[in-house]
Amino acid sequence: MSERVRQIDATNIDALALGCAVLGAGGGGDTSVGRLMALQAVEDYGPVPLVDLDDLPDDALIMPCGGIGAPTVSIEKIENGAEGARLREHVERLWGRPVVAFLSAEIGGSNGLIPIVWAARVGLPVVDADGMGRAFPEVPQVTMHVAGISPNPAVMTDERGNVVIFDAVSGHWMERMERAAAVEFGGMASSSEYQLTVLQARTATVLNSVTLAIRIGEAILRAEGDPVRALVEAIDAVALIEGKVVDVERRTTAGFVRGSATIAGLGDDGGREVRLEIQNENLVALEADAVLAIVPDIITVLDTESGRAISTERLRYGQRVTVIAFPCDPIWRSERGLEMAGPRAFGYDVDYTPVEVLHGG
Amino acid sequence: MAVDLRLGIDVGGTNTDAVVLDRDDRLLAKAKVPTTPDVTSGIAAAIEAVVAAPGIHGSRISHLMLGTTHATNAILQRTGLRRVAVLRIGGPATYAVRPLFGWPEDLRAAVSAGERIVEGGIEFDGRELSPFDAEETGRFLDSVAGRAEGVAVVSVFAPVSAEHELAAEAVVRKHLGEGIDVTLSYRVGSVGLLERENAAVLNAALVGVARDVATAVGAALRTHGLTPTTFFAQNDGTLMGLDYALAHPILTIGSGPANSIRGAAYLTGARDALVVDVGGTSADIGVLSHGFPRESAAGVEVGGVKTNFRMPDLVTIALGGGSLVVEAGSEVRVGPESVGYRLLEEALVFGGSTATMTDAAVAGGRASLGDAAAFTGRTDVLARGLQRADTMLADAVDRVKVSRGAVPLIAVGGGSILVPDQLAGVSEVIRPDHHDVANAIGAAIASVSGEVDRIFHLGPGGRTAAIEEASADAVNQAVTAGADPAAVEIVELEEIPLAYLTSPAVRIRAKAAGPLQAADGSVP
Repeated sequence: MSERVRQIDATNIDALALGCAVLGAGGGGDTSVGRLMALQAVEDYGPVPLVDLDDLPDDALIMPCGGIGAPTVSIEKIENGAEGARLREHVERLWGRPVVAFLSAEIGGSNGLIPIVWAARVGLPVVDADGMGRAFPEVPQVTMHVAGISPNPAVMTDERGNVVIFDAVSGHWMERMERAAAVEFGGMASSSEYQLTVLQARTATVLNSVTLAIRIGEAILRAEGDPVRALVEAIDAVALIEGKVVDVERRTTAGFVRGSATIAGLGDDGGREVRLEIQNENLVALEADAVLAIVPDIITVLDTESGRAISTERLRYGQRVTVIAFPCDPIWRSERGLEMAGPRAFGYDVDYTPVEVLHGG
Repeated sequence: MAVDLRLGIDVGGTNTDAVVLDRDDRLLAKAKVPTTPDVTSGIAAAIEAVVAAPGIHGSRISHLMLGTTHATNAILQRTGLRRVAVLRIGGPATYAVRPLFGWPEDLRAAVSAGERIVEGGIEFDGRELSPFDAEETGRFLDSVAGRAEGVAVVSVFAPVSAEHELAAEAVVRKHLGEGIDVTLSYRVGSVGLLERENAAVLNAALVGVARDVATAVGAALRTHGLTPTTFFAQNDGTLMGLDYALAHPILTIGSGPANSIRGAAYLTGARDALVVDVGGTSADIGVLSHGFPRESAAGVEVGGVKTNFRMPDLVTIALGGGSLVVEAGSEVRVGPESVGYRLLEEALVFGGSTATMTDAAVAGGRASLGDAAAFTGRTDVLARGLQRADTMLADAVDRVKVSRGAVPLIAVGGGSILVPDQLAGVSEVIRPDHHDVANAIGAAIASVSGEVDRIFHLGPGGRTAAIEEASADAVNQAVTAGADPAAVEIVELEEIPLAYLTSPAVRIRAKAAGPLQAADGSVP
């Protein structure tokens, strides 16, 4: 498994989809349609080369990209498939230079797969990196933003061929304008922001995250007996609790699903109870008043039997689950990173403590 | 014909059960015959058996309620399926996953007469995605004429508006004739384009199977002088009129567990409880919620194809009356192997040489059957087997429960003697009379339903207006299908807000159900 993955093809798309779901921290949208799109794209157009930044010239331009909008729309109004080619055409026109590779803006959830679909069709490679290392709800919650890269010019398109170019005064305004345009396009759109050079990407992206997703998926698929343990060992995660979902509470405010889920321990964890605070993604894991793990570290609920990630909208009473947590990329732990996506960015008045510190690592 | 006697039939994996109920729901006759490979002759035998019972005059049987596995078998065995032209209305969107992509190759070969994506479709808020391309649709239909025995039509966001699917249906009739069978996706599935498309295609492929069943059952009925109005049981525990069922055969898949949960409700009068149906090889544990089976949140796979129609939410464990009790080292194992229908020959208690869960239940004093002396030397193993089975049951009960706290458990089915009187998380175990034919009773007493699952863009009336509209549509559908308008009520209402979207929209699922209209043949 230490062998380097050189291309995305039919042999590793299933693993990639499983891994993207685990990295989604409960959010990022269902990966099943993305998986089918990727399988069809590589069947029709051939495998997609997976490249490291070292394989590319320092001054070459990379295009981060993905979908923005409601996951419920994306399972109904599936993409045309040519959206990525159109984004590239406009990004190249605006920059006056070629794009050498696509980059997933968000590895967690369906956006970990969509750049593969687009890259297959235009014959470009994808970079073994992404802009989050997980899933987050908002456009500026990307490592490129933390690193000071401008979101401008942003390009958004739909399946019909409409194109909007955005020039925003801040990440916040980019989020507001793009979200509004996505609703107008039918609840879902495709976009690229934060284009950057290979040199910039070395410090402004989460490296090796595509490979990590595939490694996670393969650990689950190849596990003999206990896929959760295989996954925990493969990525050095902490198993916070093994138990059963005994309560789920959900409500929607301002377009985002908020709520909590309670997991009661079973077996060795009998008598314990862990509560997850949810805002699209799993953001905090608490036991009594003690924090077990907190955003931006990644908290994912796995089906104890299959090892597959369960998204926040599919959590329900009675599921046998194991909650795992693992470290986010170090970029998120910087002062500016925590400002964008730390506990206080989501309204929790607590300081961030890394998961490995909380668990004596 | 006014409601007089009702004949309920449920085709299970091992047995085909039949019951006759009078207009006050009293059980007049019951029969259990082996399920046959062709299914239909087992149904005929079951009809023959109940009609032969004393006091039953075939001419008085006014209604037949049939729960059958024909559709499931046809898909699993790829037999009797029709060739379907698949029309998707969604261009320029949706090309990234073409119709039937990912289907098992042999099933696709057996079913598809051709696939095409044309321009059109609806947005989540009801606007047009793009105008419907009737001309391209016509060209596609001409290209499959002579090959296609049915047409499946699916439009993007048909659950929000069926306008383009209805427009396409008119084009199909113009090009392929008035007689061609057309399945519109909005009638068979909910949000999720690919799953709904799959369900629509499978449905169109099954229309011939449904006709054959209706014809064969009709012949069996005539042989015994029966002329009832016929209903088919569907996967939510309610009934469809014959005409509706012939057009929507896919909805019969999964009706068996739904029938037994409804039957358990009827036999006990309970509205909220857990139901365990123990057969020869396995036990299904489901949830009775407000008088109906609770449905699964996720769609189910049928024959290797993902669909999004809902089934009763069940936990199935390999524990039945015929399950083997085996000593394996220091452990005692129960199942998954079973003696199945050979129980009466092979179980110790019946003079055989195989230790089964039926033996364990008798040895444990839970039932008195056969010859209890047959256990000599095996009582310890059987006792441990029973203990193991209790643990399996308690665990399954816990997995299916919707909330903390103890709830009643209704035990039905031939193997339910092995269910203990006390079980962790269960307040009481209820064992109704005639529990062995609970599924056929469930079919006979089922009500008629209508369902809506759509996305509503919230207007000035807000949530309240959307919920009212959904409820009214569900009630209308139930009445159209034959329910008594005076007694129809909303039995399920679910509201799911759409995430990652600032414009307010909500998906509402409403189900209405009511008893059969007592007046006569007006029932469709």
